[in-house]
Amino acid sequence: MNLTLRIWRQQGPDTPGEMTVYQVSGISEDMSFLEMLDTLNEELILRGERPVAFDHDCREGICGACGMVINGQAHGPERTTTCQLHMRHFNDGDTIDVEPWRAGAFPVVRDLVVDRSALDRIIGSGGYITAPTGSAPEAHATAVPKEAADLAFEHAECIGCGACVAACPNGSAMLFTAAKVVHLNVLPQGAPERASRVRNMVGAMDAEGFGGCTNTGECATACPKGIPLTGIARLNREFLRS
Amino acid sequence: MPMASATRTNRVNRNPAPGRTPETPGPGRRPSKAAALWRSSVGKKAVMAVSGLVMLAYLVAHMLGNLKVFFGPDDLNGYAHWLRTIGEPVLHHGWFLWLARPVLLAAVVAHGVAAYQLSRRDLKARPQQYAHRRRQSTYATRTMRWGGVILGLFIVWHILDLTTLTVNPLAEEGHPYQNIVASFSTWYGGGIYCLAMLALGLHVRHGFWSAAQTLGVNNPRRDRALKLAANGLALLLTAGFLSVPVAVMAGLVR
Amino acid sequence: MNHDDANAGEAPMSYLDYTVGAPVADTRAPAGPIEQRWDQRRFEAKLVNPANRRKHTVIVVGTGLAGGAAGATLAEQGYHVVQFCFQDSPRRAHSIAAQGGINAAKNYRNDGDSIRRLFYDTVKGGDFRARESNVHRLAQVSVEIIDQCVAQGVPFAREYGGLLDTRSFGGVQVSRTFYARGQTGQQLLLGAYQALSRQIAAGNVELHARTEMLDLIVIDGRARGIVARNLVTGEIRTHLADAVVLATGGYGNVFYLSTNAKNSNATAIWRAHRRGAYFANPCFTQIHPTCIPRSGDHQSKLTLMSESLRNDGRIWVPKAKGDTRPPGQIPEDERDYYLERIYPAFGNLVPRDIASRAAKVVCDEGRGVGPGGQGVYLDFADAIARLGRDAVEAKYGNLFEMYERITAEDPYRVPMRIYPAIHYTMGGLWVDYDLQTTIPGLFAIGEANFSDHGANRLGASALMQGLADGYFVLPPTLNDYLGRTPLPPVPDDHPQLAEVEAEVTDRLHLILAVDGDRTPDSFHRELGELLWDNCGMARDEAGLRRALARIPALREEFWRRIKVPGTGAEFNQALEKANRLVDYFELAELMCLDALHRGESCGGHFRTESATPDGEAARRDEEFSYAAAWEYTGDAPVLHKEELVFEHVHPTQRSYA
Ligand SMILES: Cc1cc2nc3c(=O)[nH]c(=O)nc-3n(C[C@H](O)[C@H](O)[C@H](O)COP(=O)(O)OP(=O)(O)OC[C@H]3O[C@@H](n4cnc5c(N)ncnc54)[C@H](O)[C@@H]3O)c2cc1C
Ligand code: HEM
Ligand code: SF4
Ligand code: FES
Repeated sequence: MNLTLRIWRQQGPDTPGEMTVYQVSGISEDMSFLEMLDTLNEELILRGERPVAFDHDCREGICGACGMVINGQAHGPERTTTCQLHMRHFNDGDTIDVEPWRAGAFPVVRDLVVDRSALDRIIGSGGYITAPTGSAPEAHATAVPKEAADLAFEHAECIGCGACVAACPNGSAMLFTAAKVVHLNVLPQGAPERASRVRNMVGAMDAEGFGGCTNTGECATACPKGIPLTGIARLNREFLRS
Repeated sequence: MPMASATRTNRVNRNPAPGRTPETPGPGRRPSKAAALWRSSVGKKAVMAVSGLVMLAYLVAHMLGNLKVFFGPDDLNGYAHWLRTIGEPVLHHGWFLWLARPVLLAAVVAHGVAAYQLSRRDLKARPQQYAHRRRQSTYATRTMRWGGVILGLFIVWHILDLTTLTVNPLAEEGHPYQNIVASFSTWYGGGIYCLAMLALGLHVRHGFWSAAQTLGVNNPRRDRALKLAANGLALLLTAGFLSVPVAVMAGLVR
Repeated sequence: MNHDDANAGEAPMSYLDYTVGAPVADTRAPAGPIEQRWDQRRFEAKLVNPANRRKHTVIVVGTGLAGGAAGATLAEQGYHVVQFCFQDSPRRAHSIAAQGGINAAKNYRNDGDSIRRLFYDTVKGGDFRARESNVHRLAQVSVEIIDQCVAQGVPFAREYGGLLDTRSFGGVQVSRTFYARGQTGQQLLLGAYQALSRQIAAGNVELHARTEMLDLIVIDGRARGIVARNLVTGEIRTHLADAVVLATGGYGNVFYLSTNAKNSNATAIWRAHRRGAYFANPCFTQIHPTCIPRSGDHQSKLTLMSESLRNDGRIWVPKAKGDTRPPGQIPEDERDYYLERIYPAFGNLVPRDIASRAAKVVCDEGRGVGPGGQGVYLDFADAIARLGRDAVEAKYGNLFEMYERITAEDPYRVPMRIYPAIHYTMGGLWVDYDLQTTIPGLFAIGEANFSDHGANRLGASALMQGLADGYFVLPPTLNDYLGRTPLPPVPDDHPQLAEVEAEVTDRLHLILAVDGDRTPDSFHRELGELLWDNCGMARDEAGLRRALARIPALREEFWRRIKVPGTGAEFNQALEKANRLVDYFELAELMCLDALHRGESCGGHFRTESATPDGEAARRDEEFSYAAAWEYTGDAPVLHKEELVFEHVHPTQRSYA
């Protein structure tokens, strides 16, 4: 198929950017969205132009590196990561708008690449269980009820892609933060640091300049891993009782 | 022609940065709990939820009271009188209202200030819009801020209209029933009121569920029920409040 | 081949004329009973006074399971750690993609598992090309890994009683694989990442994300730092330290198409190799039989699907060549369930290498299915008939979904198509028992080293090894090195630093200056295909020689025709790719040479010349019972053999017929 792409091009964080129009042809519907961009980039390189920069690594939907806003939707029209979005979900002749994650806390590095290190700092502020190597008790010393284990897992699936922040009209990182707080706070191993964890992580989130939550639900709609919106309610509960 | 220019710069010394212990920061001086709550986005939102719910509870009572209009002037005026006797003999005549007013005022102020501060923060956190806009949340969700502003303005209008009677030229002190009819008989009086009540419905539709979410009482099992309750409450409030001006304008209540 | 007179004659020395140097040996594992060696080694190791640890800077390159675990642990112990990864966050290291699980000899099932059995299975699974003392230690430490991860909050699968669940994996008879749905690698990595993040926040780890190591600094024979490029600004900078740890993962991406993440690369270990670290068994690569076949030339990577599918799926191809009917229209008696036919005892469950090779054979015969004939069917029709759709969905639902998302075919109705793909590299930097390379002060952990898997890795053992190395093995041995070694400060103006930086910078300049007419990917694809065809699932002398002749020509073409727009002083992903390619060319050459020199078949290395009469891999222990450690010379390399001694597990020929 043939497509018209309007892609955000921006040299660096301090230079202005703009939507630039490209035509691509001969796109197979079996291609992933990133493979479609690869095709464009091969042409750009041969023309001596700078290829479109975008983050990606595993291309399996698990590393969380990829991510762009496609036609106004984070990760595009399917509930999956950009690397797992295939061109069969588009039609010949379509015009597709491609933009980077937009949030004050995610400055653009170049083109579609943004700096998401703020998410790492939220984890560093408390998104862990303090268990220095070698200090661990026998794994079966504490049984974990299956529901708690399953609930923890459901939230631990977050891949840190930042689509929730990108989709949120307030640039809020509540879903991301909730995913980690719930994962660790429902496990018995996470109980000792339960209160400080949520306090510190919410503090870090605010300090990084993420917006507050107005419960619009856009985050959970965009989340490729299906982190539930009710996780945010749980985060709030943990915070208020801390 | 590509100009090769990989930069080469200074080296880093091996002298380690002064290390800190990995232990969590000591107790130190923590701000008071209330201040910490107000300072954090989650805490401030909780203040909003609580103040919103206080107002909501008041509005439910208010709406039920309003329905007395349909039973004639005596019923309503009697009710207005009764309001002033609540708590007697422990409280003096009228004290309850005077106690309730600051609470409501505090709720309105807290709600409004929190809404303003949080909204500013939110707008700053998302400085640039997408060229291709596409929102997926509900209309009620998207109109919370404007709806809130409309409600705020309306509260002022409403007090000037029916409490201080400043903008209600035909009103008479001490005759609420007549004053209501007088107000709603003008096109702008009824219109403003109806518009505000529609805004209220939308605000509550998202607000009630949102408050449950904010206060952490929502969970996957309750989610549907809470959304239904929010819709029901919004509908009930709007319908209840609207029935009065509609009845006045339709001539059923005069 | 006779190499004794390789240098004789007037012809210029070619890459093929390698020489055999002095043998290498591991001198670190203590003698004595194998069960006590690790304890003994730790006891003998020198300790560093906790107050002095802060004065030592350790560079850790990589934040995968191995690097993440090592960085966090070293920082907890008080060292100043400077850590690198090329992704934007340490959490995205390729370990995140591992699906199946992690082995540990916990014996929670009471099914006869033990440290000794895990040790035995791993040595045998590696086709007797691994070092016994290392493997035994791995099995010992495996038990602690699970404890550590549970304490960190890794949400392993649990049973209703709240205890950990396990499953059996990769053809072993015990149930020792711990898992977290299909995302075990992700959950383990997040555990290590969170521990690391805590140390970063505490200021004990200085993290450089989006920074790629491009060279190693060796001063007075010791590794003392690295040269790295900030991928955002292009800035090239030297970082100095008292020791350098490489945890940079495997080099499977040399094949272009593999299950590795797109940016996984060999640059760090290859540059270290060029600076003197021996590279061991480069030709030992593992091919995974159940990957989604490529759908066209645009294919950028291959996606693995869990091996567990073979428990219920039946593998077949049409009996007739070039049969293009849809699978549903091929009657039962015109199908060839070739694994069941050739290996009646194990059927569809034969080990990875055998299943992969059989698929290649039938496809080479022209009986492959799907685009390009590069695929075989994995059919669940029988399983659905026998167990019901719901049962199949409960077991494999997420895999079926993934398959359907990628191929748009519904595996409940149409058989899946699968094909083998490069998945893991057993080869890597040669290390001793202490995980130290032949450059003192340079350590290699995780998939980057060659240590524990011999010629073939068992399923769920890479995660185990990465975490064992990072959490438990490296910290005490590194302690010993730092405690024993006088490490005078390196002056900032040491000439070696400027020299290496200049070399790195010049290479980027050279790439940018070519301004040719071919893209980095086009070269990478071509190199990958060449390797896949000649150094892939089955190798023979003619093919390897062909590849060895072609690679230098391709490299020469690269330096004439490569095109990279932009500059080196900016975010430039095309430049990153091209720069990695330069190392791939050299590595590919060494892989082919290693494959050519190893005239036997073993594990993932199948030489068609060395097969049993029924076509199976035949090891030749008398000649090849060694690890091949290659020394870089700039020209024909030098081979150093590490003799392998088997005192506990006696080599036998595998048989699955
Ligand atoms: C699809 C798939 C599934 C798998 N499933 C399993 C399984 O179920 N069980 C199992 O046991 N094993 C499995 N494996 C194998 C296992 O995942 C890997 O062997 C293991 O995770 C490697 O870990 P590592 O820490 O050595 O390296 P990696 O996780 O690859 O990490 C490498 C790190 O080094 C950094 N790096 C590399 N080069 C540089 C450089 N030049 N400069 C700076 N940083 C650099 C990277 O940024 C990254 O942080 C699987 C592998 C794949 C591909
Ligand atoms: C008198 C009637 C009012 C009622 C009953 C009410 C009720 C509520 C409730 C229950 C919430 C939900 C809190 C939460 O999300 O946790 C809310 C949110 C909000 N209210 Fe009000 N409110 C009223 C008036 C106002 C006024 C006067 C303003 C404006 C200044 C306002 C602005 C907002 C805003 C901005 C939100 C947050 C938006 C969101 O959650 O998406 N409200 N309100
Ligand atoms: S919560 Fe979902 S959208 Fe947000 S970072 Fe995690 S996986 Fe991405
Ligand atoms: S590239 Fe890893 S999730 Fe898309």
